Amino acid sequence: MRIELVKRKEHSQTMALLSPVIAVALTALSAAILFSITGHNPFVGLYKFFIEPLTQQWSLEATIDKATPLILIGCGLAICYLSNNWNIGAEGQFVVGALFGCALPILYPDFENVATLPLMLLFGAIGGALWALIPALLKTRFNTNEILTSLMLVYVAGLLLDYLVRGPWRDPDGYNFPESRIFSDAATLPEVFGGAMSLSAPITIVVAVILAIVLAKTLKGFEIRVMGESPRAGSFAGFSAKRLTLFSFALAGALAGLAGTMEVSGALNQLLPSISPGYGFTAIIVAFLGRLNPIGIIIAGFVLALSYIGGEGVQSAMGVSNEIASVIQGLLLFFVLACDTLILYRIRFTSRRIADGEASHV
Amino acid sequence: MKSLLKTTVAAVAFAALGSAAQAADLKACFVYVGPVGDFGWTYQHDQGRLAVEEKFGDKVETAYLESVAEGPDAERAIERFAREGCNIIFTTSFGYMNPTIKVAKKFPDVKFEHATGYKTADNVATYNSKFHQGRYIIGQIAAKQSKTGTAGYIASFPIPEVVSGINAFLLGAQSVNPDFKVKVVWVNTWFDPGKEADAAKALIDQGADIITQHTDSTAPLQVAQERGVHGFGQASDMINFAKDAQYTAIIDDWAPYYIHRVQEALDGNWNSHSSWEGLAEGHVVMAPYTNLPADVVEMAKATEAKIKDGWEPFTGPITKQDGTVAAEDGVRLDDGAILGMNWYVQGIDDKLPE
Amino acid sequence: MFEAVLLTVITAATPLLIAAVGELVVERSGVLNLGVEGMMIMGAVIGFAVANQTGSGSLGVIAAIAAGMAMSALFGVLVLFLVANQVATGLALTILGIGLSGMIGEAFIGVPGLDLPQLYIPVLSEIPFFGPVFFQQDALVYVSFALVAFVAYGLFRTRVGLVLRAVGDNHGSAHALGYSVVKVRFLAILFGGACAGLAGAYLSLAYTPQWVENMTAGRGWIALALVVFASWLPLRVVIGAYLFGAVSVLNLHAQALEFDIPSQLLSSLPYIATIMVLVLISANRRLTLVNTPACLGKPFVPDR
Repeated sequence: MRIELVKRKEHSQTMALLSPVIAVALTALSAAILFSITGHNPFVGLYKFFIEPLTQQWSLEATIDKATPLILIGCGLAICYLSNNWNIGAEGQFVVGALFGCALPILYPDFENVATLPLMLLFGAIGGALWALIPALLKTRFNTNEILTSLMLVYVAGLLLDYLVRGPWRDPDGYNFPESRIFSDAATLPEVFGGAMSLSAPITIVVAVILAIVLAKTLKGFEIRVMGESPRAGSFAGFSAKRLTLFSFALAGALAGLAGTMEVSGALNQLLPSISPGYGFTAIIVAFLGRLNPIGIIIAGFVLALSYIGGEGVQSAMGVSNEIASVIQGLLLFFVLACDTLILYRIRFTSRRIADGEASHV
Repeated sequence: MKSLLKTTVAAVAFAALGSAAQAADLKACFVYVGPVGDFGWTYQHDQGRLAVEEKFGDKVETAYLESVAEGPDAERAIERFAREGCNIIFTTSFGYMNPTIKVAKKFPDVKFEHATGYKTADNVATYNSKFHQGRYIIGQIAAKQSKTGTAGYIASFPIPEVVSGINAFLLGAQSVNPDFKVKVVWVNTWFDPGKEADAAKALIDQGADIITQHTDSTAPLQVAQERGVHGFGQASDMINFAKDAQYTAIIDDWAPYYIHRVQEALDGNWNSHSSWEGLAEGHVVMAPYTNLPADVVEMAKATEAKIKDGWEPFTGPITKQDGTVAAEDGVRLDDGAILGMNWYVQGIDDKLPE
Repeated sequence: MFEAVLLTVITAATPLLIAAVGELVVERSGVLNLGVEGMMIMGAVIGFAVANQTGSGSLGVIAAIAAGMAMSALFGVLVLFLVANQVATGLALTILGIGLSGMIGEAFIGVPGLDLPQLYIPVLSEIPFFGPVFFQQDALVYVSFALVAFVAYGLFRTRVGLVLRAVGDNHGSAHALGYSVVKVRFLAILFGGACAGLAGAYLSLAYTPQWVENMTAGRGWIALALVVFASWLPLRVVIGAYLFGAVSVLNLHAQALEFDIPSQLLSSLPYIATIMVLVLISANRRLTLVNTPACLGKPFVPDR
């Protein structure tokens, strides 16, 4: 007997809903085993990891706050990936966006009025877009592989930030420590609700919903999907692959830059040598977990953020090491990816004899 | 399924009860920037936490979060501890300064201790150690032992602590050999064994026969061992990694400070302060002097004793790289000048990164 | 002096070279595995642990190879049999690898490693200059060169190589010709995992003989970059790895020689250089299009 995959005629709606549930259940099971073999109570561990963060307003807000940049960046990346543009340098676009956005309160600290914050966000988006346009232009102009160039630019962006914060943008009253001056209130993104969450969360939700509508209902959305699935068909329809590459990179960069500026303005209030705990890379996973759909990305971003907050919870309450949290995260991703197979494919059990006759390749 | 649910609820309830039953008098919590397993900075802080556990037993409960990135994650981690009933929270990286201050404002009843920063509040104390005292001693040893008259210095980032370390090293070396040279390489990382090893090799290839580093891994010492030159351990005693190469190590020992402050918190006489102590108080400890001739060990021990008696390595005459006078003969630099040091002493060829 | 620099460059380049050659074979078969970093760090920790427990460096190396293969098998099952997205699965593999290695490695922190014996080839190693550079290295350095030769020959001079490239270039036709696309790709993925594991072992057993968390420090990503940089040609991977090693080592030498340049700029040079060379190579369409596996990253499920 052997197992093989058979492509379904159409996506299974049941499985689309069921597969994440199966994945979470499998993760919970593995996590329980992991807690047991490391000598911790598996039930308490599971509760602390998956449930407790949802039971308190503070941790719920912290989860949303952590999810925000992931969702915003993930949405932009989804547009790139849908149109076959492999931008994996969102981390760098996040950083350069933040640099552009924060240039205003750092270089002109006295410029304090209602226009400060909107201008910062605008500059942030422009900065991220410009940085993203480098690999896009190299791709359209020289046919250079964008996976590599966008990744390389992540390191360059990090070093640029490092240079500015330790050099020209250092806080003049900061004893030479590597950090910029602290922003004034006019340059600080206001907090909403309890205080663990800034205005970035509502902004992100609005952006995601707009993108969902654009993708589903407009000609631009149609263009993105067609060019992703069949560039040849798209070019017959008069769409330009090069223009779309520039567009999708610029959009993804702008959203990453916006996320960077909001993170620095809302959460940090100053530039530091490192401003992102890998948001740009985690957002790639979020984009795929959300099946490249903005609404799905909102959910995926929240689940992934939950795994961080829950991971910290088990660490502080039970002394579980940080690595276990990261192993559970890795397993969750694996199970989600594996279970998604069920949406497109059916598993068939066949006997050896028939399979041999069909020269199967599984 | 139902019975499973029941067991779960029971287990959770039991766990909650369990932790309530053995409630300690005080909960001390630690936020770490690196993994506990870095065998450097964070490792030493965790050794301090374990010392607290050992000293107070059931009276004090501890918890920690490791690899907490500086930035928004830091604020959340600190706030989590404050909400989970920690009475005293140690935040052990410079980048946690503003998040610590922010959270401290929200939780006036919780005591906060921030390592290596300069901002304090009624419930926020700061603490750091005078590592430069150890650097002066190893500078002297380097000058005595070097045949080429040149040491290689692997530096992380040009912050005052690192700069004052380089200066103290050279001042120590100049006190033995006024023409001693130090070559500085900035690797822009606290921790990358491969890069640190490459930097050590580059320095040795350019004539350094003593290697010292202000980064966290044991890699430079291992290279020194391999190449038959010598070096010093950083943060922890690294003799196991370089049996023949290590002369001594500058050990960060946080245990006395942590035990002292937890005791004060238990007794109810904890106050905010800025602690900056060194060899005399046992916050900086020199590892056993090995692979050295007796006269050099004697000299090192004499300097160590002199510093413990209150002598400051940054005592004039000190001339800056640009030729201006930093301290007249016999005048000692004040703490602020050392903590904010952004200039090299004369004799260093490197230009301080701006 | 020049000789010494060259020796440093060789050690810096070797782990990159080994991992990149493995990934090159994977990509030639049409699969993009972004999990090199995760496989590499697992190789580093398992290699160190086994060498430490058994006292045998060779056993450590073998165990590291096995660990890399086990990780890659996980990836292979997901992307080949369950047709999961390759980019996302590769990233997940990295997260898992970093976490798992930290868990396994807890017991080995602060334990000094074994030194792999240097292999001095008699007579030849006595030749001035060339001797030390070419014939006085860690055994794994020779392995890396043998590996490149093996892959270069295998890919372009053997039937297996032909099949592998056919699968990467057009999986539909290869399938129609009766080759098992999934089997070929799975074997290629295992080979890539073995190489990544070996590269990890080089880090924890030869480069800096010790175990510390995150000790790969991004080298898996650089290896990925090198494959594209080399436009999928094994000999160019050698050039790329050594160029990258040279730029990062020369950066340190330039500083020690008191060049007055911000160190961040120097540190970013290898990345900028990679982008520039990449542009130069890809601007020449003839060079890239010929070698790019056409099916790279595309899933394959046999229709029936």
